[in-house]
Amino acid sequence: MSFWEVTLFLLEGFKVTCLLFILTLLFALPLGLLICAGTMTKFKPVRYVMKVFVWIIRGVPLMLQLFIVFYVPGMLFNIHLPDLLVTVLGFKFTISARFLSALIAFVINYACYFSEIYRGGIESISVGQREAGQVLGMTKMQIFFKVILKQVIKRIIPPMSNEIITLVKDTALARVISVVEILKLAEQLASRALLWPLFYTGVFYLLFVGVLTLLFNYFEKRLSYFKA
Amino acid sequence: MALLEIKNIRKSFGKTEVLKGIDFALEKGEVLSIIGSSGSGKTTLLRCLNFLEEPDLGTIEIDGNVIYDAEQKKKYKDSDIRNKRLHFGLVFQSFNLFPQYSVLDNITLAPKMRLKEEKLTAEQKKTRIEEINAHAKKLLEQVGLTEKADCYPCQLSGGQQQRVAIARALALSPDILCFDEPTSALDPELTGEVLRVIKDLKSTDCTMIVVTHEMEFAKNVSDKVIFMANGIIEETGTPSEVFDAPKSQLTQAFLQKSVETF
Repeated sequence: MSFWEVTLFLLEGFKVTCLLFILTLLFALPLGLLICAGTMTKFKPVRYVMKVFVWIIRGVPLMLQLFIVFYVPGMLFNIHLPDLLVTVLGFKFTISARFLSALIAFVINYACYFSEIYRGGIESISVGQREAGQVLGMTKMQIFFKVILKQVIKRIIPPMSNEIITLVKDTALARVISVVEILKLAEQLASRALLWPLFYTGVFYLLFVGVLTLLFNYFEKRLSYFKA
Repeated sequence: MALLEIKNIRKSFGKTEVLKGIDFALEKGEVLSIIGSSGSGKTTLLRCLNFLEEPDLGTIEIDGNVIYDAEQKKKYKDSDIRNKRLHFGLVFQSFNLFPQYSVLDNITLAPKMRLKEEKLTAEQKKTRIEEINAHAKKLLEQVGLTEKADCYPCQLSGGQQQRVAIARALALSPDILCFDEPTSALDPELTGEVLRVIKDLKSTDCTMIVVTHEMEFAKNVSDKVIFMANGIIEETGTPSEVFDAPKSQLTQAFLQKSVETF
């Protein structure tokens, strides 16, 4: 295979990598906020359940979680995830059961990590900010969305960019349940004694992470007009 | 009738009783200074007035109406407390400006939020927002920071930040403006500008309660002084009564000490 053919071949897998990355972010970012609310609630039963949940998810290898989501529902409850045909902006994707399992595992795993970053960010804002909002007669919602949130976002950009960059590369784990992402394809070539594409995949990841880094720098700059 | 009357305010944190029954009254336009050593309960008292702490016992009356009765506190909803708060404004020791908003937006944020709770037509809303902005600019002029309207808090000195915080507290036109050690976080050369603003407010008939360690200020600006010790009002009176002829030994000792430190 020529360089060009290999590139096109790997690009098919890279599409899956990107899709897994984007969908994971799309669901894990808000779910993390929900989990964060759970671990910070004054209602003790919910708080303890959520804390134990976060402990389990962060305490078990992501690869094992992929196996669990893929195999356990079928083994215990005879639930088998269907293949889904999705159309987004005119593009048709088949979301296979394997892909869906990987997505679910990634979303839950990353939501838990995000939730702890959110919690750290929220707790780092001084009580005075909240109290200032209170004495000005603002509601709890107004205080959170108008006063606290932007300061939290500014503070969590560095740890979040770390975590999100890790996610780019963690998508490669999905190959253990045979999701055909870029590394899986490169492995297929390698098994046919074409080894160099395996190393070539690194370029794809590097470019992707490079773009993300620029994006995070941009956000950081956008919020650099104030100190929090 | 007194503008503010508080009766038998008590507050404990766990087993520590911080306020052991506080009573006082304040007339409209009066300035009250609360002095006393750290841990005497001054700040807690101020926080109770602003409902940042819930008193365990006692009542707070404004113009003869009981706005807070600790025995009823279970019945108060969040929205009740929010409305009661508006009788009071609070200026914090550490300013607590919102860093992501410009000076002007810091002042107008809360009034604009309150607009959302009223049902207004687009036309009415527009005029009200113009009024809010105009009022904010007037307040900025009052604290001498007109030219800083578009700056962000991080671009201001501590003294300027505190003056913005005062303007912000005034934006909701509270009946009583409270100050919690407004100059304690400032460099000595910056305290003057803040104290001057507070002094100017006195001439506009603003009713104020100032918790302070600035004895000269308390002496010169207030109409009434309260000396607190161990959670009670140890001594109260006009500045000359408290500073020049203190009756209580604790007051004498405290004043003696505060002279020595300078």
